Amino acid sequence: MKFLDEYRDRAAVERLSRAIRRAVTRPWTIMEICGGQTHTILKSGLEDLLPREITLVHGPGCPVCVTPVELIDKAVAIAARPEAMMCSFGDMLRVPGSQSSLFDAKARGGDVRIVYSPMDAVKLARMNPERQVVFFAVGFETTAPANAMAVWQAAREGLANFSVLVAHVLVPPAIEAILSAENCRVQAFLAPGHVCAVVGFKDYEPLAARYRVPIVVTGFEPVDLLEGVWMAAQQLEAGRAEVENQYSRAVAREGNRPAQKIVAEVFEVGPRQWRGIGEIPSSGLRLRGPYRQFDAAERFEMAAPGARESADCISGLVLQGLKKPYECRVFGTGCTPERPLGAPMVSSEGACAAYYLYGRHKAR
Amino acid sequence: MKEFTLTCPAPLAAEDRILLAHGGGGKLTNQLIERVFLPAFSNPALEARHDGAVVRAGGERLAFTTDSYVVRPLFFPGGNIGDLAVNGTVNDLAMCGARPRYLSTGFILEEGLPFETLRAIVESMREAAAAAGVELVTGDTKVVDKGKGDGVFINTAGIGVFEHDVEIGPHKVTPGDAVIVSGDLGAHGVAILSVREGLEFEAPIVSDTAPLWAPVEALLAAGVEVHCLRDATRGGLASALNEIASARGVGVRIREADIPVEEAVRGACEILGLDPLYVANEGRFAAFVPAAQAAQALDVLRAVAVSRRAAIAGEVVEDGPGVVVMESRIGGNRVVDMLSGEQLPRIC
Repeated sequence: MKFLDEYRDRAAVERLSRAIRRAVTRPWTIMEICGGQTHTILKSGLEDLLPREITLVHGPGCPVCVTPVELIDKAVAIAARPEAMMCSFGDMLRVPGSQSSLFDAKARGGDVRIVYSPMDAVKLARMNPERQVVFFAVGFETTAPANAMAVWQAAREGLANFSVLVAHVLVPPAIEAILSAENCRVQAFLAPGHVCAVVGFKDYEPLAARYRVPIVVTGFEPVDLLEGVWMAAQQLEAGRAEVENQYSRAVAREGNRPAQKIVAEVFEVGPRQWRGIGEIPSSGLRLRGPYRQFDAAERFEMAAPGARESADCISGLVLQGLKKPYECRVFGTGCTPERPLGAPMVSSEGACAAYYLYGRHKAR
Repeated sequence: MKEFTLTCPAPLAAEDRILLAHGGGGKLTNQLIERVFLPAFSNPALEARHDGAVVRAGGERLAFTTDSYVVRPLFFPGGNIGDLAVNGTVNDLAMCGARPRYLSTGFILEEGLPFETLRAIVESMREAAAAAGVELVTGDTKVVDKGKGDGVFINTAGIGVFEHDVEIGPHKVTPGDAVIVSGDLGAHGVAILSVREGLEFEAPIVSDTAPLWAPVEALLAAGVEVHCLRDATRGGLASALNEIASARGVGVRIREADIPVEEAVRGACEILGLDPLYVANEGRFAAFVPAAQAAQALDVLRAVAVSRRAAIAGEVVEDGPGVVVMESRIGGNRVVDMLSGEQLPRIC
C-alpha cells in the first residue's frame, strides 16, 4: 500500500537498526509521547530491533487513558438520560469511570453510539431534533480542529440539541510536567507527529532549551519510529538538545494554520485534570465565551459520584515512564483488558493494554 | 510539580448483565460458555468445543451444529443475511470434516418487514443451499412486534455425515503441524462496516461469504491427514488460532508477511483503525496439517476456487502453550491475543 509499505519495509528497518547500534555508546532512556507510537512499537515488535542501551518508555499520550474519571462519570450519567444520545469515539466506551463505563450504560439501555467523526454527531443532531445529541470531545491537539469545527457548525446552524463534553488535553504542558518532576528519568522525547501536524513544533523549542532535552517530532510507522530514535540518540551522544523533525512529510514548523484558527475560535486554554497524573496548569481546552452554550457539562446538571481508588494500580508511574507495565503487581492478573483497574489497560493505545496484547511473552 | 500523585479509580466490572461483547466471539464469549453453558449442559460432545458436535445416532457418526444470524445491514456487498445463514452452518459442519446434508431454519420476523425483503433473503438461501449441496428440510416462523426485532433474525441448524475415518479436532493438533490459511482475510467484516459507516472505495469490498465443504472435501479426497479445521468467523483468524492453541496447550507461530490480506481491505482497516487478524470472515478457515503434507495440502486448496489464495501462514510449536506469536513484517515478534471485548476503532 502506497505511503505505508515504504515505512514498514524490512530492509529500511534493518538499516536504521544498524545505524542506531553504531550511534549508541551508553544507555539512554527515550520516551515516545503518543499512544499511537506505543501501539506501533509493541505491535511490530520494534524493541527487538533496538540495542540494549536504548530503553523506550511510554508517555501519557493516550487520550483515553488520561481523561479524568469525573468526566467519564458525567458521560455515563448523560447517557442514562432518556432524551440523550451519547456519541463517542470507539475506544472511550470501555474506559471505566468510578462506577461503570459507557458500554455498561449502553447495556442498561442508554443510547450510546460510536462515531468516526464529530461531524457525524452533528448530523445525528440535525436528523433527530427531538433528542439531545452529546459528543464526547476527547483527545489531544490532533482531534481538536474537527471537534471545534463540529461546535462551530452547530452554532452556525443553530442546533440547540447538540453539545460537547470537552476533555481536550495539550502535549507541551504534559512534557513540562514530566520534565519538572524530581524523579524524571527521561532523557529525550519522540514528540507526537499528528499533534505537531496541527500545531507545529515551535512550542517545543523552549522546552528543549530549558530542560536540555532532545525532542524529535516523529511519525507512527516502524521506519518513522526507528529514525526518530536514531535522531534522538545522535543528539544525546553529541550532547545536543534541539527540536528536530523526523516527520517532515506531514509536519511543518508552523503547523496547520486554518486548523489552529478554528481551534482558537472555539476553544481557550485552561487547567485540566489528567487521570493518573493530577491537575496540570494550562494543559487543556475548554469552550470559549459564545460557544459555552454547547457545553454538555453545563447543559446537564449532575452530581459527580465519588471516585473509588485502586491501591494496586501504578498507572501514574507507568504514564510517567518510571515503571514498565509488567512491573505492576496486578498486571495481567488482577488487571486485564476485560477487567481493567486503570485506564492504560483499556485502550489499545494504553501502555498496559499494548504490553498485555502484544508483549506478554516478554514479561514472562 | 514535585511528584506525580497516583489516582487510578477501580471500576466495577459489569458482570450482572449481558454486554454486546458477550456475543463478539472473543474472551467474554468464551467466559460465558465456560461459566454458564458448559456447567449446565455438560456432556462429552459439547466439551469437545468444536465448531459443531460429533454425535452417534443409529450407529452413524453425525456432525450437528446451530448458529443464529443477526447481521445489520441485512444486505451488504457480496451477500445478505440469507446466504450467510446457510453458509455459516454449512461451514461449521465442514470444519468437523462432515459433508453438510440437511438444514433447519427458524425465522424471527419483525412486524412491518416488506415481503420483498423476505423474498430476496429466501431466494438467496435457496441459491446458497443449492451451491452447498444441502436441503432446508424443516423450519419455523415467529413474528415479533415492530421495534422488538431488527427486520429479520435467522437461526439455522445443520446435520452432516462423515464419509471417512479421519478424526478432526483440536485434540489432534501436534507441534510441527503447518497452519494454512485458506485465503485473504477481512473482506466480510470490512464489507459490512463500510456499509454501516458509509465508506466508499474505488472498487467495492465484497464479503467472502461462501460454503467451505468443497476445499475440505478436496483435502480429504487427496489423502491429507487433516488434524484440525477452524473457520475464522467472529474474532477473525486471531481468535480461531487462540482457541486451538489454548484447547490443545500448544503454541502457534505465524508470519505477518505470509498472511494474505487484499490491498483494499488493508487500506480500509488502516482507515477504520482495525486489525485484519481480528476482522470476521465468512468463507475462510485455518487448516492444521502435518508438515510433511503442507505443500500437497496447499496445492489441493489452491485448485479449489474459494481457497485459491491459500497460504502457509505458520506452524504449531511446543513453546508458549496457549499463546499465538506473530513475526511482524519488520521482523519483530508480538503476541496475538484473543479479542478482548469488541474491536473498537481507536481515537487517533
